[in-house]
Amino acid sequence: MYDVQAIRQKFPTLQQQVNGKPLIYFDNAATTHTPMEVLDAVRDYKERFNANPHRGAHYLGIQATELYEQAREKVAAFINAPSPQEVIFTKNATEALNLVAYSYGFSQIQAGDDIVLCISEHHSNLVPWQRVAKLKGATLRYLYLTEDYTLDWEEVREVITTKTALFAIAQMSNVLGTIYPIRELVAYAHQQGAVVVVDGAQSVPHLKTDVQELEADFFVFSGHKVFAPMGIGVLYGRRELLESMPPFLMGGEMVEYVQEQETTFNDIPYKFEAGTPNVEGAVGLASAIDFLAGTSWEAIQEHEEKLTRYALERLQEVPHLKIYGPQAGRTGRGPVIAFTIDGCHPHDVATIVDQDGIALRAGHHCAQPLMNYLKAPATSRISFSLYNTKDEIDVLINSLQGVRGWLGYES
Amino acid sequence: MNLSSLYTELILEHSRNCENKRHLECATCSKRGHNPSCGDDITIELLMEDGKIVDAAFTGSGCAISQASTSMMIDLVKGRSAEEAEELSQIFLGMIKREIKTEEELELLEEAIAFQNISNMPARVKCAVLAWHTLTEAIQEANLHS
Repeated sequence: MYDVQAIRQKFPTLQQQVNGKPLIYFDNAATTHTPMEVLDAVRDYKERFNANPHRGAHYLGIQATELYEQAREKVAAFINAPSPQEVIFTKNATEALNLVAYSYGFSQIQAGDDIVLCISEHHSNLVPWQRVAKLKGATLRYLYLTEDYTLDWEEVREVITTKTALFAIAQMSNVLGTIYPIRELVAYAHQQGAVVVVDGAQSVPHLKTDVQELEADFFVFSGHKVFAPMGIGVLYGRRELLESMPPFLMGGEMVEYVQEQETTFNDIPYKFEAGTPNVEGAVGLASAIDFLAGTSWEAIQEHEEKLTRYALERLQEVPHLKIYGPQAGRTGRGPVIAFTIDGCHPHDVATIVDQDGIALRAGHHCAQPLMNYLKAPATSRISFSLYNTKDEIDVLINSLQGVRGWLGYES
Repeated sequence: MNLSSLYTELILEHSRNCENKRHLECATCSKRGHNPSCGDDITIELLMEDGKIVDAAFTGSGCAISQASTSMMIDLVKGRSAEEAEELSQIFLGMIKREIKTEEELELLEEAIAFQNISNMPARVKCAVLAWHTLTEAIQEANLHS
């Protein structure tokens, strides 16, 4: 039995009132809240250890190193990476994608190559590739969407060709909720000889992640979207690729021997972790993974799927409301729903429902090319997590029913 | 701040004002203003003659606050000199920053005084000020070219 109330009790931020109403947090695609056990783990690390890892031989430094490396092992197991050396800690998914763009992209992409993206990419998986394409003389090509906000295989076969050096795609769209068939796409792109970068920022909180099953060459995600603190992210890369890539940021820790004019670099993963790392962030992420392990993926998915289906149904009751994203069940979509209400700008919608304690996101969701493609200047977005409830959706629907009234419409 | 003091009749009326929301064929200068984070995107067009704003209009899209603020601003600056319009922009921005307190100055803003309380809604301030920043930039560009 999925006990959502017991789960909610673990999250201090969820226990508050906003504008005199119980907080309803529907902005989980932006960031998730942090359970007490993760806050405790970070605090415990700061209180008892707090030393610079990989340096010095004193007790605290050794403990900090051990915790940091244990976190790496935990992450490797969490995403089923073949080895912890293939897990690099970054600041977030954006930094991980930039690492791949700067290190792999700039050294491997050649003039005349194609880089293929999906039109629904978040700016973090789009702008770095635009930059690589511009500076290297490569061509940026896009996969567009069908009427049901998914990919058309015929188009995939037309766009991803032997000219494609790199294909980058999010496993789940942060706007539409579409979950793309990554395994099949990776297999096809590999046949064409392309390297595939998968942005897991949105999918990791909702699906069991297995980078070996996906056969992704690179896979990234952010800790703060899976109940860990902000400032810790992950890049997984296949060993051969990581080993052949030049370093990204230079400094301490990523070196072997440094002379006046020359430097040799450390092995992976350290080659890509210059400077003092975010140890408390890594400790927090490890603790968040333990928190997630307390509930099965099947149970989380079932709960979130129920919420999504219920919300999709109930949103139909709100007059003048249009949903952007697949209507289907779980296989094709995650718990993210973007919508607009005729005549009401999403920013006004967000302000109005905020008065009822509801947090939702309004804007272009860092996906301007997608918004242009959908011909929507902006949308409102609700996104669920394992701690949301049906009752909260009822409050939202009530609040949305009143939006047009506040803006001076009669119905 | 409660919703009824934000979405007042006056603001709602202006947010749907079609009179000021049009393309100005004969414009002598135009300037686009954009709030990347929320998607408010307006273009203000001015017809300037001898340093005077003879006509003004705007196109674009955005929330009720950004649209109403733009429309009220256009009502206010039409027929005034560029200097006067710039001064009024400064007074409006000063009001939002809560730097201007005297009634005399605020009254110069006429209907736009309706946005005084937006300072209590930090998330919406940028929607209210977009038009006024854009106007200031438009006038500065026009001055540069004249």
